[in-house]
Amino acid sequence: MTTATAAVEAIGLRKDFGGFRAVDGVDLEVRQGEIFGVLGPNGAGKTTALRMLATLLPIDGGQARVFGVDVAREPHRIRQLIGITGQYASVDEDMTATENLWMFGRLQGLRSADARATARRLLAQFDLEAAADRPIAQFSGGMRRRLDLAASLITRPPLIFLDEPTTGLDPRTRGQMWDTIRGLVTEGCTVLLTTQYLDEADQLAGRIAVLDRGRKVAEGTPEQLKASVGNSTLQLHLAPGADQEQARQVVLRVAGAEPVLTPESGRMNVPLDTADRAADVLIGLRGAGVSIASVSVAQPSLDEVFLALTGHGADAGEDDARGGTHGTDGTDGTAGSNRSNGTGTFSSHPTDQIPQEIQ
Amino acid sequence: MNTASPTLAAAHPAATAYRVDPAAAVAATRPRNTPAETVGQTLVMARRALKKMRRNPEQFFDVTVQPLLFTAMFAYIFGGAIAGGVKNYLPVLIPGIVAQTVLTTCMATGVQLREDMEKGVFDRFKSLPMARIAPLAGPMVADLVRYLIAAGLTFLTGVVIGYRPHGGVLGVLGAVLLAVITGWSLAWIFTWLGTITKSAKSVQGMSMMILFPLTFLSNAFVPVQTLPGWLADFVKVNPVSHLVSGTRALANQGTVGAEVGWTLLACLVVVAVFAPLSTRSYRRHL
Repeated sequence: MTTATAAVEAIGLRKDFGGFRAVDGVDLEVRQGEIFGVLGPNGAGKTTALRMLATLLPIDGGQARVFGVDVAREPHRIRQLIGITGQYASVDEDMTATENLWMFGRLQGLRSADARATARRLLAQFDLEAAADRPIAQFSGGMRRRLDLAASLITRPPLIFLDEPTTGLDPRTRGQMWDTIRGLVTEGCTVLLTTQYLDEADQLAGRIAVLDRGRKVAEGTPEQLKASVGNSTLQLHLAPGADQEQARQVVLRVAGAEPVLTPESGRMNVPLDTADRAADVLIGLRGAGVSIASVSVAQPSLDEVFLALTGHGADAGEDDARGGTHGTDGTDGTAGSNRSNGTGTFSSHPTDQIPQEIQ
Repeated sequence: MNTASPTLAAAHPAATAYRVDPAAAVAATRPRNTPAETVGQTLVMARRALKKMRRNPEQFFDVTVQPLLFTAMFAYIFGGAIAGGVKNYLPVLIPGIVAQTVLTTCMATGVQLREDMEKGVFDRFKSLPMARIAPLAGPMVADLVRYLIAAGLTFLTGVVIGYRPHGGVLGVLGAVLLAVITGWSLAWIFTWLGTITKSAKSVQGMSMMILFPLTFLSNAFVPVQTLPGWLADFVKVNPVSHLVSGTRALANQGTVGAEVGWTLLACLVVVAVFAPLSTRSYRRHL
């Protein structure tokens, strides 16, 4: 899509629930034809932001436009341009799949026969034909999710909002959902999805905004996001009595990065550009006579990304309690500095600020 | 999830040659619904409500059990005391029970709407370009069936235990129609309650507080002359009394009295006030 108009353009989006500011000045720009991911832990304001853009919640501050149409001023027009699939299936439990789709089609102005044909087409497309005449109450979680998505596509809206589309799904169903979402984009749709999983954002999204406590703390491609914490992490558990200072020196020399130490438990996390470097580090350690109890290499988790971006874990409340080790004095400064960077890049934190051990 | 197909990929949207064109979609949007669309959407919502009724027949308990039970019970308990016999009491009682049943049915409209609104599907209704009044008005249209059953069954029970309405078939039909119209109009009050309260339970509680005084402090079950003056004054202005008197005139004499006019006027006022209020609070809160 080369059209100039952004699919979604939000400036300073704000939502207050009583005294609590759920969304605090979030800017978003979603280009036409892309999958844009909004990543964040529970309570970060993802769903609230999405519901405001979808006209389901009034916007308390800031501006939002969908394909150039003002969301607050012309909600009726917006509703003709979007489809939304929420965390909880918004279909009628007491009716069958066909009846649901027929009803939503009719409510959007399709004639009865057209609504029936559309229902049939969508049920086939989402592999629900066998269950077409069963009440939704008998559907599995994955089937519900698919029907819910089907219901959002009846009028082929150009913008689809997906609120945590795979939360609670088993891995196989999740993979199918991902395929379906990719399919939407090949059709020309734009997708704005929220997720708690870095993995999911990585798989699907071309660009990601990270929300934390109602604020956007970073934005960029999944690669940029992961690069801000290293592409993989080598997790070492040193044997009791091993020389930790020596280990640190070796890592610094071989990997060229400061490891994150938890002296009490002998744990050491080493950010790596590529997983291949893990072997070099291990060989270096053996050469220096540092013995190791256990070793693992992992992709950076959302938790690590969060720690790097905000100085606290994705599970905010708990992590703050033990956040003393890295001496970050609150998140607002961090968030603020990231935001001032504007879009496109992550502010890179010195790696020694990444606190230890996230199991 | 074992029913899933081998490949969803073959079936996914990419299989179709269709391409979404955002610019054309934006150009095709319209700023609001036409009245015809609003009516159409309301009827779709009414159809949904009827479907639910058919699948949950226990929803009909209030409109079937209450007329049967209350008519027989009140007739035999109060008949002798109030009118000197069951047969003499029936022409007074039946229109009273009709009014009472219709009012209780209204309450059910509000409670069920509230329950319904808590379900996920209302999120979708909100996200569709449909008239905000349709999800409220639809179930109310479907509820016409319930008022019809309630009023019809009450008359039928009366006839079985010896009521002979002198207004004839037309008079009784007129009375039923009046009751149905009133029920539909008053239901807007309870629908409004449904949109402002926190739960279905609180709708029920608040509705009871409105309903009991309205039905019992009326001429539904006793002649007004037997009441103390201050109470009689209230009973005379109580809209339920107008409904009861209007229904009595239609069923017992076959005449369309001034009471019918007052009842219809009250209905009009109620709808004019509470329909916009309901739509507004539905739009704001949910």
